[in-house]
Amino acid sequence: MTFDPRKAGLTLAAPLLAIVFAVLVTSIVLAAAGDPVGTVWQTIFTQPRPRNVVNIINAASVLYLSALAAAVGFRMNLFNIGVDGQYRIAAFAAAYVAGEAWMPGKLNVLFSILVAVVVGALWAGIAGLLKVTRGVSEVISTIMLNSIATALVAYFLRQVAEKGSNNIHTTTIPASSQLAGFKLVGDAPNAIYTLSVLAVLAGIFYWLLLNRTVFGFNLRATGMSESAAVASGVSVKKMVVVSMLISGGVAGLIGMPLLFGDAYNYGLTFQTGLGFAGIAVALLGRNHPVGIALAALLFAFLNEQSNSLQLKAGVSNDIVNIMQGVIVLSVVIAYEVVRRYNNAAEQRRVAAQLAASRQAEEVPA
Amino acid sequence: MSSTVEGALEKAATTVRKVRPTWPVVLLALAGVILLLALLRVITGADDVASSGTVRAAIRAALPIGLAGLGGLWAERSGVVNIGLEGMMIMGTFGAGWAGYQWGMWAGVAFALLFGALAGGVHAIATVGFGVDHIVSGVAINVIALGAAQYLAGLAFTGHPGGGPTQSPQVTPMSTFDVPGVADAAHSIAEKNWFFVSDLAGIVNGLTSRLTVLTLIGVLLFVLTWWVLWRTTFGLRVRSVGESPAAAESLGVSVYRYKYIAVIISGALAGLAGAYLVQDSTVYREGQTGGRGYIGLAAMIFGNWRPGGLAAGSGLFGYTDALRLRSGGESVHALLLLLAVLLVVFGLALFRKNRRQALVSAGAAVLLVVLFLVTDEIAGDFTGMTPYLTTLLVLALFSQRLRMPKADGQVYRKGSAG
Repeated sequence: MTFDPRKAGLTLAAPLLAIVFAVLVTSIVLAAAGDPVGTVWQTIFTQPRPRNVVNIINAASVLYLSALAAAVGFRMNLFNIGVDGQYRIAAFAAAYVAGEAWMPGKLNVLFSILVAVVVGALWAGIAGLLKVTRGVSEVISTIMLNSIATALVAYFLRQVAEKGSNNIHTTTIPASSQLAGFKLVGDAPNAIYTLSVLAVLAGIFYWLLLNRTVFGFNLRATGMSESAAVASGVSVKKMVVVSMLISGGVAGLIGMPLLFGDAYNYGLTFQTGLGFAGIAVALLGRNHPVGIALAALLFAFLNEQSNSLQLKAGVSNDIVNIMQGVIVLSVVIAYEVVRRYNNAAEQRRVAAQLAASRQAEEVPA
Repeated sequence: MSSTVEGALEKAATTVRKVRPTWPVVLLALAGVILLLALLRVITGADDVASSGTVRAAIRAALPIGLAGLGGLWAERSGVVNIGLEGMMIMGTFGAGWAGYQWGMWAGVAFALLFGALAGGVHAIATVGFGVDHIVSGVAINVIALGAAQYLAGLAFTGHPGGGPTQSPQVTPMSTFDVPGVADAAHSIAEKNWFFVSDLAGIVNGLTSRLTVLTLIGVLLFVLTWWVLWRTTFGLRVRSVGESPAAAESLGVSVYRYKYIAVIISGALAGLAGAYLVQDSTVYREGQTGGRGYIGLAAMIFGNWRPGGLAAGSGLFGYTDALRLRSGGESVHALLLLLAVLLVVFGLALFRKNRRQALVSAGAAVLLVVLFLVTDEIAGDFTGMTPYLTTLLVLALFSQRLRMPKADGQVYRKGSAG
């Protein structure tokens, strides 16, 4: 593939345009509601303090994992809406195993991560199996599995929690398995989660898988044209199950940085809702490993910076959700417009070339 | 023009479904279900499986799901997948809460319709106008609607009596009424405890007492949807756009216009579903929809993209949800036995065609019976799963017999007909 600067420019222009549009829409909403528009943007777009920078990186790495999990499916038109349930049930299982500490120190961490990956994969695999054996739409089944996961986790949490305590959670993991994190940002009091490296590793894995393996090729081929893939001998059923397993396995990683870096147990206060945010991030980043990273950073930045909105501008930070949603919707619209524009330009170019060559042929005759 | 498309539609329909349910069949099936429930009540002693209270609770649980599903039906019949139903429903709950506490529930209903239609309009612009992937647009609308409702609720309800960022002030609910004559008579027969007859009367009493006008409107909308979509030219055009937009366009139907209309109606219906939730609990509350938009979508798929099937589907989910609320542990426990019987029937029906799957379902039935015998009750967390598990199970059993509109979920560009 040759590098076309005009095309690359258009690809970059789309998300930028979308962000500008989202800022515009959000401003209109703020103004209509009588909230101070200027102060809101000032608060959000100030330079974050070191402590906030660490928070942004931590949140972004988790969002990145969540988005990768969704993206694996998206690349073959498989909509795994169930990342949310998969990561919660996996995080619970890992927290339980880590709390029981069947293995010493760091080995315990590795083992728990493995458990998380397996549990996440199996939970997602249910939806994959239902799709290929019984023809159940994965959109519906993963949504149902989310609710079932919620109930299951609530049930098991009650079983394993200490009786008589109000703060229900799994056994706290032993100090030898807790990870201190990296102090990369100068004078920040907090540290970057050690397991943020999982996000980097998963990103590399995702890129290698899609671009350097036969499986990845088949996956992308199925996503672009299922009938063409079938004709060239791809077993779509197998692809569906395997990609659901991979997607769920990656989803299993989502809770790990938080579990071993900050929470140390799985309780009622464990962060939820990451799965749905990940879907939006994956769409924003166009399922590309670098694009997703940028999108995850943007979302984490917006979330972190909006925390002080209530204090500084007297505005609810829910406004950020509106903005994030508008960004996602307008970015896909922008990509679509750009794609059509490119197609039309390509057609014009080919038509012009054809006309020129025809003329060249006709001249000697 | 319409006869050609109608013919094509009918042909497509008949090749897939061999048996069209007729009235006697439907009535017989209903009687069979009631008989099963009556038997179940006698065998297990779980009185709430067919009480009028359960039926009333079932309707209350089923209607919002059904209305959301009806929204999904309109959109998907025109070829647009609407996973944004949940968000449109959230907009509806906010509209109903906001207008409802100020100007009464009817104003709330009007604003719920309006806000839902607005969200539907956004979905239509994105999917029809710009040709964005339908699921992507729906997910984005869910995010926006949730954020918008939370943000607006914080602004509109804080500082008002009983209101706050997550809850609206009280909305005065609509008054209720009984169907004169029928409700009382049914009630007295239900008290007699006659096998089958009293069960039937209990159900009739549940269906005819303590109704609101909104409930009636909700039920009528199912009939109205069927009539409009399957008995009018307008409906035929909507469906033709969902089956084969190219053919429809070549016959002069404005594909975009019908898709826009259908998706906006879809949003309004989802909004109405939200209004029903607000009327039922007399406040707007954050997280009130609780995934009902998605369940509505599942109910519609279960109902094979038809109003009658959707009504049956949402009734089933409403019923399992109601059982959970009314002596849940015991009732859901009784349901296990019913499920086992159904699985055996399914296994027998499948035995000649697919041995392996028949055996799987028989195995599941045996497991359920064992579970039924060794336990007395189902734990609270598990009864909460019942509607979702039922959805999964039902879809797993019946998905292969379903036929969705042919061009459902596909992006159509004007002029593609050539």
